[in-house]
Amino acid sequence: MTITVDPIATLPPQPLLSRYAECATWLARYMERIENLARIIDITETFVRSGAADGWQAIIQINADEDRFFKAHAKATAERVIAFYVIDRENPTSIVSLAHAARENARSLRPIISVEMWAQLNVFTNFIRDLRAADIRPSEISTLCSRIKEACQTHTGITEGTLYRDQASVFYNIGRHIERADQITRLIDIKYHTLLPSDAGVGSEVDISQWSALLRSAAGYHAYRRVMAGDIRPSSIVGFLLQSAAFPRSLTTNLRLLHNCLTQLRRDYRLLPSSRILERVEHLCAVLENQTASQIILRGLHEFNDWMQYELQSVQREIGETFWPKEPLTSLFAPSDGTFPEGGMTQSQT
Amino acid sequence: MVHHPHGQTGFPPPASAAQSPEGLFSAYRNGPFFCELTNSGAPPDPRIELILERLNALPLDDLRKRAAQAEQELYNLGITFTVYSERDAIDRILPFDLIPRILTQAEWQHVEAGVKQRVAALNMFLWDIYHDQKALKDGIIPRELVVGNSNFCEAMIGLDVPGGTYVHINGTDLVRDDTGRFLVLEDNGRTPSGVSYVIENRHTTLRVMPDVVAGIDLMPVDEYGMRLHDALAQVAPTGVDNPQVVLLSPGIYNSAYFEHVFLAREMGVPLVEGRDLVTENDRVYMRTTGGLRPVHSIYRRLNDDFLDPEAFDPSSMLGVPGLLRAYRKGNVTIANAIGTGVADDKAVYAYMPRLIRYYLSEEPILSNVETHICGEREGLAYTLNNLDKLVVKPVGESGGYGLIIGPHATREELADFRRKLEADPANYISQPVVQLSVSPTLCETGLESRHVDLRPFAVTGKSTWVLPGGLSRVALKRGSLVVNSSQGGGSKDTWVLAS
Repeated sequence: MTITVDPIATLPPQPLLSRYAECATWLARYMERIENLARIIDITETFVRSGAADGWQAIIQINADEDRFFKAHAKATAERVIAFYVIDRENPTSIVSLAHAARENARSLRPIISVEMWAQLNVFTNFIRDLRAADIRPSEISTLCSRIKEACQTHTGITEGTLYRDQASVFYNIGRHIERADQITRLIDIKYHTLLPSDAGVGSEVDISQWSALLRSAAGYHAYRRVMAGDIRPSSIVGFLLQSAAFPRSLTTNLRLLHNCLTQLRRDYRLLPSSRILERVEHLCAVLENQTASQIILRGLHEFNDWMQYELQSVQREIGETFWPKEPLTSLFAPSDGTFPEGGMTQSQT
Repeated sequence: MVHHPHGQTGFPPPASAAQSPEGLFSAYRNGPFFCELTNSGAPPDPRIELILERLNALPLDDLRKRAAQAEQELYNLGITFTVYSERDAIDRILPFDLIPRILTQAEWQHVEAGVKQRVAALNMFLWDIYHDQKALKDGIIPRELVVGNSNFCEAMIGLDVPGGTYVHINGTDLVRDDTGRFLVLEDNGRTPSGVSYVIENRHTTLRVMPDVVAGIDLMPVDEYGMRLHDALAQVAPTGVDNPQVVLLSPGIYNSAYFEHVFLAREMGVPLVEGRDLVTENDRVYMRTTGGLRPVHSIYRRLNDDFLDPEAFDPSSMLGVPGLLRAYRKGNVTIANAIGTGVADDKAVYAYMPRLIRYYLSEEPILSNVETHICGEREGLAYTLNNLDKLVVKPVGESGGYGLIIGPHATREELADFRRKLEADPANYISQPVVQLSVSPTLCETGLESRHVDLRPFAVTGKSTWVLPGGLSRVALKRGSLVVNSSQGGGSKDTWVLAS
């Protein structure tokens, strides 16, 4: 009897261009960021309807966009904030700018992503580019946010189903998990900001309904109900969002998956420098695991979130310095209009 | 590339909007021009008859629906070129006409043999001018035209390129006159583009016209990427077992970026930009997540000037410093070679028939369009005396810019042009009117005749292979001769009947 060996199994792993690794990471981050921004706009609209007077201001705060926003606008009205975050091309944190950046990264990756991935991104980003003021009226915004969210999820699904599982997909997943980890802390911060100052106290009807809305916006409401039943203490909800090992958008889930990706780089692709970054991520996991949500809230939830966001940026920076080190001269061929995020590839949130 | 003029008078009137009961072709007229589809010779090929019958039976609305579907699909798939405006990057498709352009096997064999012969002569010519310059010494072509040419590259002198191949990828622009004779209009031996459309057009045809193509055996176009990769591996530096081939692109802002992506994918090689490559000790490497990896063969879609800022244009941000040194050491192969532009120059073109006879001792299989060299006394005199009847082109331009079509020009335009020509005659050639062939094309009012050309693509490693068919470009504007995509041209699927 002869034993046949699959020739594919004996091939050494192919090298990945550094630029592809960078673009894959940022493509994932931008797509996740768009989805989360749509979730945040949607939930803010819900908050405002349920009486959070300064709800729109909160989005500006969690994105640290105060300077940019108030340079152009006197007041954070619904129309202005929505326009600022959906169709304003001057704002690098708007959905239209993020979609443009995602598209440019995907264009760079076209040689290695599936045709289906590109086609869907192409149609989606063209749709976003063509949005006009009439498409973002308050009466339309919830529907629009759903549509954007669905397009991002379609992207995620097509990627899961078609992206070849080589190094590029690992870097793509790194981007996704860093962004999800970052975004869950921002989503929690929305509640922190809208809560202050509030006449309605903790556990009041408004408070509870806002926490429920937050869970819903993270697609975690029913899972939470199933696991936690009637417990609607803020600390339990924060604990769920930060520490549930089963919730796909929780901080701990994404730190764990990020860790897996970095391990995969080291183990399957012999990228040994990944060890240093693994240690960093392990530290973050330890900090998160060694305290309860109540303790985190007691010490300052907002401060924790801020710290985590800073640490995740450091992880991202170190990944970049390790796998796509820059030479002094790197700014090539930026689009001449300059209104979109400079360099497209490496825009960070703050 | 630009086509020659025809008299306005010969062009058939547009068909009537209403479709007569006889079918799609009932109002189609090709006037005095050779029609690529309906002039299929006598006796007519039964397969072409069958295709015509099937097309004729398609209701116009149905054809329009399919055309719209095809264009939407091309747009969504991103089979586009990008045009940058002040604020936006706009993706445009190359308009695609569903009515195929058909070549019989005999026609194709003629074209294929002619293209191979031409590519062989181009490569021998390039070897000669960068080595012994025998053709110059023997007076076959004026020395000044070659060594004084702006595309002549000093750095290539004495360099032995692997296999003697300079032009690895060649696009030969062909037209057909009113008798159906194929003529070479232009050689493209630098970085000819358009091959991705040949293959994508076929995919689109098979998707939206399955009933028309059913049962017709066509020569396949799918193996281009594989052939190209083989050729690039064949000419890699000797002693490399498993050469790393890459495609060097100017990047995502280049209008032909889709084609670069397409070819990189079809070959299964990385698409790199200049910033992805570095040289060390005169060897070329690409930057990967695991460090530097050697590169042996580069299919570049970057002009000579931009390749190496150390050797050529120092302001180029797209190239790779040190690339020329690595190339001259024989550590990397560049395809096409540097300095091939001298061979596809419009002035050198005029000498191609003589060069074919000189190097190959054969008669040219494909003729040139008769060409007058304005840099020569008789050529200039003839051109000035017949300006209103000729097409006059600058030799250094591409894309159909800077030329004049005598019969279409006003008196002022002719006078203006005459001054330009007299000021710098060596910069121009002139050619007579060719009654360009036409092909039925879906237009506003129905099927109308539109002028077409043909660009077959030849791939040369150690030997030459020609992709069956080629890019058929069509001038979509009524009466227009300009098929360039930048000037309102579209394309058609080119079918080569398999037997």
